[in-house]
Amino acid sequence: METNKANQHKKTETIEEVVIHFAGDSGDGMQLTGSQFTTSSAIAGNDLNTFPDFPAEIRAPAGTTYGVSGFQIHFGSRKIHTPGDISDVLVAMNPAALRVNLKHLRDGGTIIVNNQGFTPKNLKLAGYDKNPLDDGSLSNYQIHKVDISKLTANALEDLNLGSKVVDRCKNFFALGLMYWMYNRPVEPTLSWIKDKFKNKPELIEANTRALKAGLHYGDITEIFTTRYEVRPAKLKPGTYRNITGNAALALGLVAAAQKSGLEMYLGAYPITPASDVLHELSRHKNFKVKTFQAEDEIAAISAAIGAAYGGALGVTATSGPGMALKMEAIGLAVMLELPLVIADIQRGGPSTGLPTKTEQADLFQAMFGRNSEAPLCVLAAATPSDCFTMAYEAVRVAIKYMTPVILLSDGYIANGSEPWNIPKASDLEKLDVTFHTDQENFLPYSRDKKTLARPWAIPGTSGLEHRVGGLEKQDKTGNINYEPENHQIMVNYRAEKIERIANDIPDAAVDGDKEGDLLIVGWGSTHGAITSAVERSRTKGKSVSHVHLRYLNPFPKNLGEILYNFKKILVPELNKGQLSSLLRSKYLVPAVGYNKVQGLPFKTAELENKIDELLRG
Amino acid sequence: MADTAVQEPKKYTAKDFQSDQDVRWCPGCGDYSILAQTQRVFPDIGVEKKDIVWVSGIGCSSRFPYYMETFGLHGIHGRAPIIASGLKMARPDLSVWVATGDGDLLSIGGNHFIHACRRNIDIKVLLFNNQIYGLTKGQYSPTSEFGKITKSTPWGSIDHPFNPVALALGAECTFVARSLDRDPKHLQTIIRAAAEHTGTAFIEIYQNCNVFNDGAFFHLTEKGQKEENVVVLEHNKPLIFGANNDKGIRLDGFTPKIVSIENSEFSKDDLLVHDENKNDDVLAFILSRMTYDPDLPTPVGIFRKTYKPTYDTEMQKQINKAIEKRGEGDLDKLFNEGETWVVE
Repeated sequence: METNKANQHKKTETIEEVVIHFAGDSGDGMQLTGSQFTTSSAIAGNDLNTFPDFPAEIRAPAGTTYGVSGFQIHFGSRKIHTPGDISDVLVAMNPAALRVNLKHLRDGGTIIVNNQGFTPKNLKLAGYDKNPLDDGSLSNYQIHKVDISKLTANALEDLNLGSKVVDRCKNFFALGLMYWMYNRPVEPTLSWIKDKFKNKPELIEANTRALKAGLHYGDITEIFTTRYEVRPAKLKPGTYRNITGNAALALGLVAAAQKSGLEMYLGAYPITPASDVLHELSRHKNFKVKTFQAEDEIAAISAAIGAAYGGALGVTATSGPGMALKMEAIGLAVMLELPLVIADIQRGGPSTGLPTKTEQADLFQAMFGRNSEAPLCVLAAATPSDCFTMAYEAVRVAIKYMTPVILLSDGYIANGSEPWNIPKASDLEKLDVTFHTDQENFLPYSRDKKTLARPWAIPGTSGLEHRVGGLEKQDKTGNINYEPENHQIMVNYRAEKIERIANDIPDAAVDGDKEGDLLIVGWGSTHGAITSAVERSRTKGKSVSHVHLRYLNPFPKNLGEILYNFKKILVPELNKGQLSSLLRSKYLVPAVGYNKVQGLPFKTAELENKIDELLRG
Repeated sequence: MADTAVQEPKKYTAKDFQSDQDVRWCPGCGDYSILAQTQRVFPDIGVEKKDIVWVSGIGCSSRFPYYMETFGLHGIHGRAPIIASGLKMARPDLSVWVATGDGDLLSIGGNHFIHACRRNIDIKVLLFNNQIYGLTKGQYSPTSEFGKITKSTPWGSIDHPFNPVALALGAECTFVARSLDRDPKHLQTIIRAAAEHTGTAFIEIYQNCNVFNDGAFFHLTEKGQKEENVVVLEHNKPLIFGANNDKGIRLDGFTPKIVSIENSEFSKDDLLVHDENKNDDVLAFILSRMTYDPDLPTPVGIFRKTYKPTYDTEMQKQINKAIEKRGEGDLDKLFNEGETWVVE
């Protein structure tokens, strides 16, 4: 315990980690509050992980439960892998926000509510018969009723601002209060306010005052007796920034385009949760990135295929329903043997499903969604910042092997964020691209001996005029050919080319012992929850190891060997058992699935319990 | 990416554009003529073979790229205009052509077609319109006439056909023309004009499918019939037709009417004079609506040829502007955008 410098009667307690959930109406600015708190915590040196939880409706009616927008941040002085199963602190701006999020608050957790938000009308909208703040139903929690709206208004009284403007500043009061409570630096937010409202001095003043009022309130009021310190985490040295999966994915693509000397062409159609990839890439025209908002998903990929044929780095980004529409064109790309990156930011399905909720159920679609034998490379990013690495890798494989590559991400890591150890551009692997130019004996479907890639012969190259297409081709010449033996040869080539990628990817790494009682095999966004659960189980003395697959087709070459060294294999997935099915069929191992399809990520505790259960049995 | 050195285009002959592949259309198919006229015109368009790409979808017409000694991409059903668009955006230096049919372009590919038109992307689209599905062996198409009896419509089609020219005009296509497989000279003129146009160029080519829809356009192509049934649109010239060039089209308000210009109250001076550059669209629309009017001749020629910025040029302009304003992209700067912090 330390003594607080500002106010001697308040004590400061040092804690290792905290989960805070900010929740309010869609219009209450909770995403902004959360992201400001995130930046401040990052600068304070904590490791962290965040997740926004916003409604599918753009402006749902105020006060309703389906209009609640939330932002969860998990930060600490140790390594943080997930946004947290349950929150320690809930900041609720109205009754609906309380009602929706109370079930995710730990017993004995802290609730900070905006008292003025609990009007009879709002209580009714949230489905409360009685005010939960008064009826004793929250006695299990530390509840703090703060007149946030009123105190904000008081602080802004002499500024002569409209009541709506004043009301919009209340999130900064709440933020200020949380800054006080967790000893966060205020400076980054103050400078953000100055920058954001640089042409509106009255709003700079208003928001600054609201923030400081919240900060001072914590200090002065009698209702808060304790503030907390969360010391910096031991992170790898380097320069960091906070990054979401979608932003990281976009940057990975830009970086790969630059390092390969290719001009990037993105064809995309707006779709949740992939649109931010389009938005991000559209900002980077000075990197010669061409972005095209197409008339539909089919057009988006077809245009990218046209661009790839022309020698650009063709990319498309979408989610499950868009993938379904793109499949015929992906088959064409398989046949044309052109490099193409297809990013699938998965969401709950089938059909339109749960657009804003996460799921990992497109693995089968990525593997098998096309007609006939149409193999391609499938990669999956594990964390928000890993989206950078895997996007870069997707480009590397696509151009080296002249193949479409599907990169799987999902809504959870796409919108979630974590600190990213920023690489130096000069340290990134250079990607070699050679367009074919030699006219002598040019054969469009001749193959590189090692990779089986065909030459990339682009229009504009003298003497290489040739035709390609979706009809089966003759080996080497690429001319239309329907002969039975030739078809067998070509099908085999297309399959073997993808299999050979296994020679060119890292071995799967085992986190933990190389043999033991239980191996957990995961892929994609479950990485954080599995890592945390395995850590906890190991501290309890259990023999648990973890392999997280980022290469799903082909699998790393050493995977079989790893699997055979464990007594039991558990495959947790946010689907009905897709990876486990692939593992069982390829390696004939008795992998057990742990499957959840609720539009939500795994909780660490759920996995921990499952591990206990398997090791008991 | 392409050879950037400025070169005089090579002198080609039609033969230079013939690929080594056997042409596999049915003997007597109208596609042969379209291929031949294209190969005749291409030596004159001033583009090297290496810079020409033919893109197609699926159907008889879409085999076209295999027979042209240029670059070619035989795509998937309906997607030729958008594959071509992506290619043109990535490579504005190329001359990009689409060969397509009425099923490919107007049925499964209708969406891509109208969007290519409105974007005014600089691609040339040749629609081989035979008013039937050929490769799938004879079902009615989106340009088949109402009541058409085919394998899939034994009681007659109850679909009203598209008017492709009107559709292209409605989609704001900047170059809209119509020609005929059996009028080689005219078809050559129109292909040449399309090549010269900057922006989306659309040519509807009436093409005879001698197997599944033989003679569908004979009233427009055969001697003794075509004279009375076709009016050739020529820029700045009055609309005159008839075996003896004795008839013309006169506008009565917005309604085109046939008038005699010999021994009648009307003369050439009373006739509608074609202006393909008119921006107001009204004239082109009026002309396009003559197509299915049984009392009026069918217009062929260029309905509209206007100019507006092309998508591919505008896209490149934005890139250039961004580079001018912000400098060429610097990865390290990009990575370090926003709030960063250092861990020692």
